[in-house]
Amino acid sequence: MNFLLLTVIKAALVAFILLTALAYVQWLERKVLAHIQLRVGPRRVGPHGLLQPLADVVKLITKEDMIPSHVNKVFYLLAPFLAVMFALIPIAVIPFGTDITIGPIHTNMELADLNIGVLFILGITGMGVYGVALSGWASNNKYALLGGLRSSAQMISYELPMAMAIATPLLVLNTLSFRQLVNSQDGFILGFIPRWTIFQGPFPFLIVAFIIFMIAAFAETNRIPFDLPEAENELVAGFHTEYGSMKFAAFFMAEYCNMITVCCVATLLFLGGWHPIFPAEYGSRFIPSLIFVGAAAICFMHAANPSRRLDKFTLPVVGVVALGIAGIFMVPILATALLPIFWFSAKVIVILFVYIWVRGTLPRFRYDQLMRFAWTFLFPIAIINLFLVGLWVALT
Amino acid sequence: MPTTYPEMYFPVIVQVVIAIAVAAGLIGISALLGKRAKSPLKDTPYESGMAPVGSAAERFSVKWYLVGMIFVLFDIEAVFLYPWAVVFRELKLFALGEMFVFVALVLVGYFYVWKKGALDWSQEKYPKDRGA
Repeated sequence: MNFLLLTVIKAALVAFILLTALAYVQWLERKVLAHIQLRVGPRRVGPHGLLQPLADVVKLITKEDMIPSHVNKVFYLLAPFLAVMFALIPIAVIPFGTDITIGPIHTNMELADLNIGVLFILGITGMGVYGVALSGWASNNKYALLGGLRSSAQMISYELPMAMAIATPLLVLNTLSFRQLVNSQDGFILGFIPRWTIFQGPFPFLIVAFIIFMIAAFAETNRIPFDLPEAENELVAGFHTEYGSMKFAAFFMAEYCNMITVCCVATLLFLGGWHPIFPAEYGSRFIPSLIFVGAAAICFMHAANPSRRLDKFTLPVVGVVALGIAGIFMVPILATALLPIFWFSAKVIVILFVYIWVRGTLPRFRYDQLMRFAWTFLFPIAIINLFLVGLWVALT
Repeated sequence: MPTTYPEMYFPVIVQVVIAIAVAAGLIGISALLGKRAKSPLKDTPYESGMAPVGSAAERFSVKWYLVGMIFVLFDIEAVFLYPWAVVFRELKLFALGEMFVFVALVLVGYFYVWKKGALDWSQEKYPKDRGA
């Protein structure tokens, strides 16, 4: 098939999946957060609130589109545009799995396999700071200005430890292409420990790099405990105080999109990408089927004594679908194509869950603590860590 | 399989176009569908219900500029680290030594700004060298 046509189809598919995922990450966050706080979360719109994201989008689209007269119009509109744009681009270089062949078509499970994928992601996500800084300045509002200044200073400060933490696995694997990075994490140490980057090299150092990367990633995406830009008890909503309707939603989307990108990068750089957590000969290829059969069993169990009237009908349907997916993973031809995607998305979802878990658990930093933590703790540790790994690589 | 550079980067361009379309669509669609109702109070900057005093275009802390400049310095260092990491296995100890010298020189500056108090946001003013 024509390469150009194939690319356009793949890009459309990826964009569709990404936008749907964005909406449902939000649903997942509200649900998990609610259950951490002993609430039930959204449950009115659709079964278990599953149509809530859709309702939110409809609500936000039909809201009044206010452009206050005190703002700088050009930059006011440019800021959410830039935020969303730079959040959506990085997905182009992220590989989701190995090559697949469907009939005559043979293709990679990614849009572009750049030989400088890591640099590309760093460059584009670094541009995201413009959206935040511009929105804070253009709003001509004191809260927004403070939020924008805080946010841009915070994002550039945490970019340094993040860059150092990313350089550490590169020292061991010596490539900037995500596909090669993941390929060199294939196999198992001693037959059962996966050769993921965090288990390679000198024992604790790459795990330290992973932790530094995750902390910096939390700050880069403005998430609790580093969500100072939108500290609502000090700054109302920080840099997007003056934004409403879809322009506000644009910042929200950009934040969640950056979260997904960061989770993908963490998976690819440190957690072995699409490689399973234990060897196939010990049965790792049965894990997806087991998980879906378990999900089906839970659905049937709840359908037997439903908590809401509709559950008697919806849950068995979901259960049958889950059983069907479990069956698909048992078909050998399909399984070889789907297993990498399963492991990749499973790891990404686990990290996303940790994101939400942290939000439900930790309080917010104070601003001077936040900056001191980045510059006088995280940054030196990251540099020392990098040089220790370098020394180990040079001596072996 | 893509072999040339234009082919390699074509998907990226497609994604950029999609990103621009989505971003423009998001901002355009609510302008089209949302209703409008102007009122003078709605038009004032939001300050939690208080009448706004003065403009928001005030001077702000010089530390923000300092952090910006220090970031540029260290980010250049970080950019050098990537090609260094990629060829590291071929050069080994030589590369480590070279990079160590480079980073040590940058770190001298780092300790200077640290001791100067530029990294401490809770400080009102610099402790030393106020005259000059």
